[in-house]
Amino acid sequence: MEYSTDLLNALVLISNYVLIPAISYGSQLALGAVGVTLVFGILRFANFAHGEMMAFGCMATIFITWWFQSMGISSGVFPTALLALPFAILITALLAVAIDRSIFSFYRIHKSRPVTFVVASVGVMFMLNGLVRILIGTDEIIFRDGQKFLIKAGVFKKMTGLSEGLALKQTQVLTFVLAVIAVLALFWFLQRTRTGKAMRAFSDNEDLALLSGINPERVVLVTWIIAASLATLAGVLYGLDKSFKPMVYFHLLLPIFAAAIVGGIGQPLGAILGGYIVAFSEITATYAFKKFIKYLAPGDFVPDGLAQLLTTEYKFAVSFFILVLVLLVRPTGILRGRVL
Amino acid sequence: MSNNRRAVISFSIMALMIAIVGFGQSWNVALAIVNLCLISAVMSMGLNMQWGFAGLFNAGVMASTAIGGLTALLISYAPVSKAWSVGGTSLFAALISLLLTIVAGVLVWKKTAKGKIRSWRMTAVVLTGYLFMRFFYEQGTAAIEAVDPAKTGFLGGMGLPIILSWFAGGLAAAGLAWLIGRIALGLRSDYFAIATLGISEIMISILKNEDWLSRGVKNVTGLKRPVPYEVDLQQAEWFIKLVHWFYGTAEDGKSLSANVMHEAMQLSAGVFVKLCYSALFLAVVLIILGLATRALNSPWGRMMRAIRDNETAAAAMGKDVTSRHRQVFIIGSAVIGISGAMLTTLDGQFTPGSYIPLRFTFLIWVMVIIGGSGNNLGAIIGAFITWFVWIEAEPSALWLVSHINVFLDESNPLRQHLREVAPQMRMVLMGLILVLVLRFRPKGILPEEAPDRY
Repeated sequence: MEYSTDLLNALVLISNYVLIPAISYGSQLALGAVGVTLVFGILRFANFAHGEMMAFGCMATIFITWWFQSMGISSGVFPTALLALPFAILITALLAVAIDRSIFSFYRIHKSRPVTFVVASVGVMFMLNGLVRILIGTDEIIFRDGQKFLIKAGVFKKMTGLSEGLALKQTQVLTFVLAVIAVLALFWFLQRTRTGKAMRAFSDNEDLALLSGINPERVVLVTWIIAASLATLAGVLYGLDKSFKPMVYFHLLLPIFAAAIVGGIGQPLGAILGGYIVAFSEITATYAFKKFIKYLAPGDFVPDGLAQLLTTEYKFAVSFFILVLVLLVRPTGILRGRVL
Repeated sequence: MSNNRRAVISFSIMALMIAIVGFGQSWNVALAIVNLCLISAVMSMGLNMQWGFAGLFNAGVMASTAIGGLTALLISYAPVSKAWSVGGTSLFAALISLLLTIVAGVLVWKKTAKGKIRSWRMTAVVLTGYLFMRFFYEQGTAAIEAVDPAKTGFLGGMGLPIILSWFAGGLAAAGLAWLIGRIALGLRSDYFAIATLGISEIMISILKNEDWLSRGVKNVTGLKRPVPYEVDLQQAEWFIKLVHWFYGTAEDGKSLSANVMHEAMQLSAGVFVKLCYSALFLAVVLIILGLATRALNSPWGRMMRAIRDNETAAAAMGKDVTSRHRQVFIIGSAVIGISGAMLTTLDGQFTPGSYIPLRFTFLIWVMVIIGGSGNNLGAIIGAFITWFVWIEAEPSALWLVSHINVFLDESNPLRQHLREVAPQMRMVLMGLILVLVLRFRPKGILPEEAPDRY
């Protein structure tokens, strides 16, 4: 009897600190990685400005949220940011298209090497980075409102009588639900609509797609709109879950790239899988399993150290390790994507 | 316009701009800019070897800079003997465990046939090795970090003159580049960029968190300088004479009041120290420029460009593309490592928190691209222009804001906001310059020259 309580405690502990955070972080990464992988697939370059695009989208959402709040509009228990999101997506998509028209389209017409696009995207990264900081400043901003917790740790303890609490934040559930909706919508679009099919054809074989009368500019336009929308969504969900800091989004670039490559370049489904793989590995590798082992181990055995594989500061190393492993062992990624 | 004339003109304009800062703001500011321009020039020459000569997209420039900086710390800081005595043995044991694990791993890999047995044995070896290493390592680091944590709490260095670290930093960066090259070279350009970006991030997290090695975010300050200190200079007789002579001739021998003289002494001491640094840095820049130019115009340089322009054709001619890439990646990283050691020498402190990719990787990229990739002089002028704009963008933006603010009320929140965010203007400016150069002058200010003879 006592051991089964311990088992339950261990389960709750691991859900609270590993499972739930990893699912919401993984969803955020997945949304970012799908955008990166689409740009990879259609435009054939690694977009270094993607992280800053997430920051821009989140910033736009914050501004609109503030505006709504000042007018007294809110969505009750849900964060007001959800109401602001569609408008922010519109703004970010317009920005992405404008950037493509003014900067990237030139190199497309001149058939420049992919690496030229990458350098141009570094320029865009600088500009967006500065723009976001000029518009909203460099401070940390918390723009979440509405109900914070669905389940509180204390209430959970009382209800179940376990010594471990389970806290479920509303943003964590929202992240997962919105990510699922966005991904389902994307797959419906890619599989069922004419434009979506054109995009897949273009990604598979550009020449053949052009030959069959697909308008490349239209495909590119739609790609940017989708990438910008997903970037905004990912940026806002990350910002809601934690907080908005302009500098954080650059550091998300590495796990996002890792997710895209692990899943297979140009494979949206792979990017999602990659996002969760990276998130789970990061959180598992940096979680201290001391208490977990204490519950599971028979008797009063308690491990000496924290039983932590890596300290939290080294979570970059995890995404990097996965990245290198995949590049060495299976360069096409899990779902057999393109090799750049 | 020939490239030589263009070089003369652009360097003259640069000198003029610095002179304007010297007369307008102060010579201390102008020389501080020059010193960092010179260090940046070394960085951009290093990256130019990788990108301009060989077409390698290295997005981990920061890793080389940081390891150069760490070397400066390890060479110059006095050893903390107590830390060595309490934690040295354990760390040594951890190192031995690491080496034994590697040897055992390699042996198992080679002696066992491919298959499940090998995987299991490898896992066992790695796991055992890890546990041993972790045990000794934690014991050692805990002991070291407990030694007077407010002042040291790390192993210290070797207590040698810091200028030695300029060589050692280059060597250390070359070693790191060899390791990175083993992992990442041979990947295609985008992958290589992402992999190097990742390695540089890991490098910085190591420096921030391994307190026993670098003191982490607690920083190490007060590294010994290779040049005199201002305070000592102001007491030195020869220097006082020099200042008197300088001001005496400039003002027709009239004697100056004590107050003015005091100020003049302070200014001259600052300027003198910075000039000493400038001379050292200039020497490094000239040596590297000479070597790089020779290398670029040699058969080796031609081979590099041939590989860059068409890897398949070069491979067909019997060139080993991957090992050439590794070679140039190591040499370029070594040059960047030297600049990292120089930077830490100039700062007199090692602050891992200050290494951010925008400043230490992508800004160097801007320098190479706008200067002219493949042209060494171009890399230098690119470094000068970029650093000048990077530094002077903030005062210019503040000046601009103060003029806009005339139209705004004192109480207007926008006014306050504009003042706060004015420094961020330089990010936008850098991006804009990069994009414009890439679009309208893709070869940069000083384009790559076709060599005279083939």
